[in-house]
Amino acid sequence: MHEMSIAESIVGIVQETARAGGLAKVSAVRLEIGALAAVETRALRFCFDSVTRGTLAEGAALEIDTPPGEAWCFACNASVTVAARTDPCPACAGSRLQVTGGSDMRVKDIRGH
Amino acid sequence: MCTTCGCGPEHSHAHDTEPERALAVERDILGRNDAEAARNRRRFAARGIFALNLVSSPGSGKTTLLVETIRRLGAALPIAVIEGDQQTSNDADRIRATGAAAIQINTGKGCHLDAHMVGHAFDHLDPPAGSVLMVENVGNLVCPAAFDLGEAHKVVVLSVTEGEDKPLKYPDMFTASDLMVLNKCDLLPHLDFDPGLCEANARRINPGIAVMRVSSKTGEGMDAWLRWLQDGARATAGALAQAAE
Repeated sequence: MHEMSIAESIVGIVQETARAGGLAKVSAVRLEIGALAAVETRALRFCFDSVTRGTLAEGAALEIDTPPGEAWCFACNASVTVAARTDPCPACAGSRLQVTGGSDMRVKDIRGH
Repeated sequence: MCTTCGCGPEHSHAHDTEPERALAVERDILGRNDAEAARNRRRFAARGIFALNLVSSPGSGKTTLLVETIRRLGAALPIAVIEGDQQTSNDADRIRATGAAAIQINTGKGCHLDAHMVGHAFDHLDPPAGSVLMVENVGNLVCPAAFDLGEAHKVVVLSVTEGEDKPLKYPDMFTASDLMVLNKCDLLPHLDFDPGLCEANARRINPGIAVMRVSSKTGEGMDAWLRWLQDGARATAGALAQAAE
């Protein structure tokens, strides 16, 4: 599953940040995974637990913020919120939408000591 | 409440453990792959190489399409191929049998190629300047969508033996692709597949996507596909020449 390689990327970023910031143990990692991002959250949690074993982030809590999807509706000439890429415009039910946000995946911060 | 001694927040005393600290990160998770992809993109541009990322579900006919493309273009346009599969070198062997250079990446358990793998393969392949570089990704309509390899375009190959609603079922991949090649069109008389509906679905997901109907077997539509490749290669070489001035 590619959630595994995404989890590996997250743990890589966490380890680099912890080392640079002098943390010996990471207790929590906060992610921002947009509603339209190409990742399945449950699978990601499973992979995160697996990949952190034996690292300074073993047992760390994984907190995930999920900002909503944003799209520009060409019919309404306005920015709208969508839950999925294929959703119609919530205002006019049209399908002439261009996704403008909510597909990013970021590590926001880590906590530890 | 402090979990070490049970005291409340009104107390503050040091424990054996250091206080917890938060470190801001604000890093894109795919940042490393994006950086490697950008590096690939720069290297391709520096050699005037037109790089394409061919994606599809397994069995859409990508490799046969590549074999036929190489056979028809001949010496007119050099093509080098990076093949991606979990196991075997079958696809790279088939490409090499046409006389074109090919290198096989085996991902093992992996479900997609990433920019690092492609960068390495490019080092080994070392195609001549002005070539077309075809990266045939692992057959998978889900995961490769998220991984930029440094290509100029993702080309999604869809066989008419699949459903017309594939673009709706796998929107990330069809949004990420600039061209959809509808393959195996010679089989249409034997199927209930509606190519117009499929194209409409693709445009619903990605209004800007270009569509071509081809058959590697009969040659239908191949001229337009070859022209598209030649135009892209010419534009890439032209950009390099301009940069050199």
